[in-house]
Amino acid sequence: MTAPALVLEGITKRFGAVVALDGASLTVRPGTVHALLGENGSGKSTLMRVAFGMTAPDGGTLRVGGMPHRFSSARDAITAGLGMVHQHFSLVPALTVTENVALGGRGRFNRAAVAAQVRAIGEATGLHLDPEAVVSSLPVSAQQRLEIVKALAHQARLLILDEPTAVLAPAEARELLAWVRRWAVGDRAVVLITHQLADALGVADDVTVLRHGRVTLACAMAGLAEADLVTAMLGAPLTKASEDANRRTVAGEVVLRLDGAGVIDGRGVQRLAPTSCEVRAGEIVGVAAVEGSGQAELLRLLAGRLAPTRGRAEVPTTVAFVPADRHRDAVVLAMDLVENLALAGAGAARGWMHWDSRRVQLADAMTRFDVRASGPDAMMRELSGGNQQKFVLARELGDRPSALVVENPTHGLDVRATEDVLTRLREARAAGLAVVVYSEDLDEVIALSDRVLVVHAGAVRSLAPDREAVGRAMLGAA
Amino acid sequence: MRLAGTAVALVLLALTLLAVILAAGGYDVRVALAALVRGAAGTPDAVWSATLVRATPLLITGLAITLAFRAGVLNIGAEGQLLMGAAAAAAMGLAWHGPAPLVVSSVLVAGLVAGGLWAAVAAVLKLRFGVLEVISTLMLNFVAQYLLGWLVRGPMQEPSRIYPQSATLDAVARLPLVIPGSRLHAGFVLALVLAGVLAVVLTRTAAGFRVRVVGANPLAAASAGRIDASRVAFGAFVLSGALAGLAGAVEVAGVTFALYENISPGYGFSAIAVALLARLHPLAVVATAILFGALEAGAVAMQRDAGVPSVVVNVVEAVLILLMVAVDRWRSRRMAAQAGT
Repeated sequence: MTAPALVLEGITKRFGAVVALDGASLTVRPGTVHALLGENGSGKSTLMRVAFGMTAPDGGTLRVGGMPHRFSSARDAITAGLGMVHQHFSLVPALTVTENVALGGRGRFNRAAVAAQVRAIGEATGLHLDPEAVVSSLPVSAQQRLEIVKALAHQARLLILDEPTAVLAPAEARELLAWVRRWAVGDRAVVLITHQLADALGVADDVTVLRHGRVTLACAMAGLAEADLVTAMLGAPLTKASEDANRRTVAGEVVLRLDGAGVIDGRGVQRLAPTSCEVRAGEIVGVAAVEGSGQAELLRLLAGRLAPTRGRAEVPTTVAFVPADRHRDAVVLAMDLVENLALAGAGAARGWMHWDSRRVQLADAMTRFDVRASGPDAMMRELSGGNQQKFVLARELGDRPSALVVENPTHGLDVRATEDVLTRLREARAAGLAVVVYSEDLDEVIALSDRVLVVHAGAVRSLAPDREAVGRAMLGAA
Repeated sequence: MRLAGTAVALVLLALTLLAVILAAGGYDVRVALAALVRGAAGTPDAVWSATLVRATPLLITGLAITLAFRAGVLNIGAEGQLLMGAAAAAAMGLAWHGPAPLVVSSVLVAGLVAGGLWAAVAAVLKLRFGVLEVISTLMLNFVAQYLLGWLVRGPMQEPSRIYPQSATLDAVARLPLVIPGSRLHAGFVLALVLAGVLAVVLTRTAAGFRVRVVGANPLAAASAGRIDASRVAFGAFVLSGALAGLAGAVEVAGVTFALYENISPGYGFSAIAVALLARLHPLAVVATAILFGALEAGAVAMQRDAGVPSVVVNVVEAVLILLMVAVDRWRSRRMAAQAGT
């Protein structure tokens, strides 16, 4: 019997008053794929950061291949044979594949040797990459392959993959999971952090579920059903909200209107062909598109965050907007929650900032949207992704907007936070807002929307929320 | 309270560093440091006439840098903006006679406008053509320096046409003294008021909040705040230049009373250190400007009385900045290690 690849035992970690991990344990057997599940903020990422030497635990022990370890940095963990692929890639876009793989190495940079290593890893594992390709020119799936190749180039025998399929198209995700399955043999193992229960059920041998920093389930996956995992994650079975409960057919007056509005970018490339469409009060209009079809421009036109380069966009100034990349477009990580709340409407604000009334407003918004933080003075960067998203929704809906435009609203969120967000969108419709929703998850768009705008090759069509018709239109089929 | 503690710690650190450097250079540390302290704070007049007079331009340009850096604008052209402000102020002060308050005010306004316009050149280049302001403002420093050299030898040279300097300002164009018998002029009080105003503007007003947001995350400012980020940055840039220009005007109207080629011993560059050491907090800039003013005032005495080249204090200033950067780095690493769930 070989020693477990990775053992974490009784790991405890506090951040101020918040207990992120409360005696959490994890045993990864060699030759297995181990799914690590839990809601946002349940402690999965913290546990893996402890394993990878990025966070020092307050208590508990760590063993790799049977040997006790104490990592003080990620470099120690890499030396011990661990590799981690983060949800947000850590690649240098301007460098080539070879150069990115060589980063973090020691001594002289031998380009030919590293390139040969990249090819050899490709041959051995099927993760093929062109060593001379510049990273910024690679599609997301290839960038992810590169992240894995980087780890393998450092002789990683245990891979930690954090939400690896979140950025991939369904076919690419299936391919990646199949690869994970094939790779995790012998003394190698994979820890798979995911929100996709189907992925976990399909590929993992073992599962560990965290809830509020404690392990609620740790066993072999065989024999488990999705409902068991959900129960372990949430504590109680979640009843799926009825999709059609408050779907409306009668919409109000037009709130958002595009009249031949198109977008041509700074390099003269057409991002969105001239488009005419209307969104009425009290309806949810879904936007469906494959990534990069011009849907980002369409949403920003409707949200009044982008001026059309041709045609007209009739959009009130009171449109709430929840962009996909919240760290970049929605919040200031280095400011506290009160300041981030005040960010909405900052462009039109005059005179003094009334911080005291903002504080009251914040307390109210945090209660109503169940935003969990150590207090109003918490820095935005201290919040988990789900809480940041809830914060942004609370802020955007706080100013009594006439319309709401959201982009990938549930990306990276767990089951409960997702359900929360979808409920808020339906409530916004019921309150008479014109709602526009784009999601990479087509089922989500279909389930929410009264009708769907399909963007393909920069042009827009309006369809009924029919799964098959929308799916065909997205791919440009008649 | 924390601010005072940090200030005291900074002074002690600066003196310790200086002692180490002096000892390494083979100087008599006690004699040299005694001369330094005497020159900076040995008598009340040393404080008023040397330290605080020196601190005044550092404080005003330090505020200029603070405003620009807070908006994410890396204006390192405060030196050039200061020189242009000084030139315009001297020209205005020599141009007309009238009631003193009016003339002095016009001198200060001329400095503000000239500094603002000089910064506006770089601001327009950035806004229109995307020219990096680090490059453009640095280059404009040289242009300003040579322009000033030409002015004091050409159109603005004193009537006898012997010295490379302008004629001397009349009393009506000079800033009043705060303490009679000393050299401390009203410019220092003005600088203190400006520090307070900038602190309040940044923390309590909508405009100041916009500046901070644009500096911290311009994309979120535009998308979530509907802030015209480039306009805010433009405004902060020009205002920063205006403040630096005002520093030049205050120097002309309060200290030199004439325009010289070397009117600034690099105030605009020291100001970057002053502002960074204060972590871009306007009230802390008061403390760091006085510290640097004291060091430079003391350095003059140290050179005179102990034969130590005054440039050693520049070394101390530089090491202080490096230490602060290192500490910041260490802290943010610790914070990064603490963050994340």
